[in-house]
Amino acid sequence: MAGTALLGRLSWRLGTVVALRDETSRVRTIVLDMPGWLGHQPGQHVDVRLTAEDGYRAERSYSIASPPEQDEVELTVEYLEDGEVSSYLVGELREGDQLELRGPIGGYFVWTADRPAPLQLIAGGSGVVPLMCMLRHRAAVGSLAPARLLYSAKTHDQIIYADELERLATADDGFELFETVTGITPPGWTGYSRRIDQQMLATVAWPAAARPTSFVCGPTSLVESVATSLLALDHDPASIKTERFGPTGGA
Amino acid sequence: MAMSDDELRLDGNALAGDLGEIFAADMTGVSCRCAHCGRIDAMGSQHLYRSPRAPGAVLRCAACGGLLLVFVRHPGGPLLSLWGLDWVQVGSYRTQGQSEAESHAEREQR
Repeated sequence: MAGTALLGRLSWRLGTVVALRDETSRVRTIVLDMPGWLGHQPGQHVDVRLTAEDGYRAERSYSIASPPEQDEVELTVEYLEDGEVSSYLVGELREGDQLELRGPIGGYFVWTADRPAPLQLIAGGSGVVPLMCMLRHRAAVGSLAPARLLYSAKTHDQIIYADELERLATADDGFELFETVTGITPPGWTGYSRRIDQQMLATVAWPAAARPTSFVCGPTSLVESVATSLLALDHDPASIKTERFGPTGGA
Repeated sequence: MAMSDDELRLDGNALAGDLGEIFAADMTGVSCRCAHCGRIDAMGSQHLYRSPRAPGAVLRCAACGGLLLVFVRHPGGPLLSLWGLDWVQVGSYRTQGQSEAESHAEREQR
């Protein structure tokens, strides 16, 4: 195949920051111009590499937030205490700066709109990022696959993409949004106010009989608890794809 | 802060970049067979243990916990042991290069 010979192993390349967008008080979207970017699949990630003046290097993985239909590549990054990479990306990176990254990477946690099965998305915190890429892709190509997102955040104002999710949910194109907040809820909050549990999944998730494809992304404890509940609700193990972030809720 | 192994667990999917230094094809979407218990599943669905400051990663079977694969970032080049894998089946995957090229072709058609 012609493409295989030309495009070999992963290599590092430079992108230029063309815009920065605050999503919440601790989450920022980085919009990158990536010359030669040949597209990605929703759910894939990139590795970002920072090099200090003394040569010390640190690498982290970040999910791609923008759909393949968009020219710029967007990463949404959560600031983590002790996060040597995220503190730079969220706090210090400026427009015009260059960023070293490689990707797109990953062929497991991906969804494309040619799949008609119901799309079941379950996110904790910044685990919503790769799922947002799937929803943006779904909207961009006019997919008829019905979709549901159950999104758990610590507080109401830590919900990433809040306005855009509301817009997508009111577009009446088969996407339904369910939100839950595990901390203090504001007056008038109409979503859930507890951690995702089996009872909540039995209420808002597609039943196993609908044969959905499930993507679960977030802190390891949330992902494993959700996966266990879905199995208890008779979902096919092969239909559940997980992406664990580890203990902190960000890569 | 003390942390249990369970909390540090990631998915094999997170190994895609490291394996991409060695293989031209994406290796996380391919099926593999655990040499310990015989379970067959996607490499990306196995359990990965990795710390940002550690020079490598360990992949364990999601069913039996057996050691499948070790990746070490060695000064002499990336070092990979596939010790606990009977085989990987590379029939159903698309290479990263191919998927990029296909997406590009689709965009050109639009």
